Amino acid sequence: MTDVLQIARDHVLEQGLGLSEEHLVQILQLPDEQIPELLELAHAVRMKWCGPEVEVEGIVSLKTGGCPEDCHFCSQSGQFQSPVRAVWLNIPELVEAAKETAKTGASEFCIVAAVRGPDQRLMDQVREGIKAIQAEVDINIACSLGMLTQAQVDEFVEMGVHRYNHNLEAAKSYFPQVVSTHSYEERWDTCLMVREAGMELCCGGLVGMGETLEQRAELAVQLAELRPHEVPLNFLNPRPGTPFGDQELMSSQDALRTIAAFRLAMPHTILRYAGGRELTLGDLGTREGLLGGVNAVIVGNYLTTLGRDANEDIDLLVELGMPIKELQKTL
Amino acid sequence: MTYCGHCGEDASVGDHTRCDELLLMEPPRFCTSCRRRMVVQVVPNGWSARCVEHGVRTS
Repeated sequence: MTDVLQIARDHVLEQGLGLSEEHLVQILQLPDEQIPELLELAHAVRMKWCGPEVEVEGIVSLKTGGCPEDCHFCSQSGQFQSPVRAVWLNIPELVEAAKETAKTGASEFCIVAAVRGPDQRLMDQVREGIKAIQAEVDINIACSLGMLTQAQVDEFVEMGVHRYNHNLEAAKSYFPQVVSTHSYEERWDTCLMVREAGMELCCGGLVGMGETLEQRAELAVQLAELRPHEVPLNFLNPRPGTPFGDQELMSSQDALRTIAAFRLAMPHTILRYAGGRELTLGDLGTREGLLGGVNAVIVGNYLTTLGRDANEDIDLLVELGMPIKELQKTL
Repeated sequence: MTYCGHCGEDASVGDHTRCDELLLMEPPRFCTSCRRRMVVQVVPNGWSARCVEHGVRTS
């Protein structure tokens, strides 16, 4: 077999081209002893094509639980016997969350709702919330509110939404094992509408859901095809009561190979450490990821689970000599 | 405490070591007094959990 790391050096590091699906599978199959070399290469790719800056983001759940969809990894689906109960955040609490996020130095604040897509009540709440945040907090606002119509996309542009998150979640070939209430194509269509409307597209997925290595590589290539501005990479945190609640945690070695593979598939994109990193990789994993291709983090808590103390991540960035991306640079 | 805040089972029965570990990474979902499911809101720097009978707990 040709040395896949040498191929990656030639294609990705030197030319800035994403690695093919076939080569990504080989990356994901590398033995543990080659992981340090792989991470070093992924880090070099990130430094060359993205630079040393790290984008910091905070997220908050505006509407938690009671979702009609059946994403098998999600504790917020109303279709499973999950202990998560439905709750809405009010506007003052939303503004306070944005303020706390901005204090960490973050340039992005993402408003998330567990819905198939926004109804009029949610659109009104988001509009009011964005207006209130813009009046008091200097931060870019992102949204993650499910599948959109073209009219809703246009409304978010008009509201000043900087970036919209809508994950593919899984490779096309594995998607039917993850979600049955909507299709991969519906997700894809929302992503295209967002990108074509001029908002930055944030589109990633979850790994460790029982997919094969080939399907993991497939997801990376399908994401690359969408040319997202940002790719959040989540590691399954098996939630009680969900169909994936009994899945074993992904190994830390597999997680690190995946991070590097995603960087080699998308050398120019913002690759964000998202949910599950603390559980899958532990405290040391944050450092290894940041030195293995990751150039963005979610700081603080997630939607229904807790993250590391934001100060720990910020201190680590200082120690690694990685400056936090400033607000004006993302506008 | 009567009930486990993570799994909602009787805290004095069985081993809840794993539940205690997980409660470092997620808020409690069950009221430890009555095992009702609580309404939990997570925000970037904390959480609150409300039991209809026993009030609000915060991080």
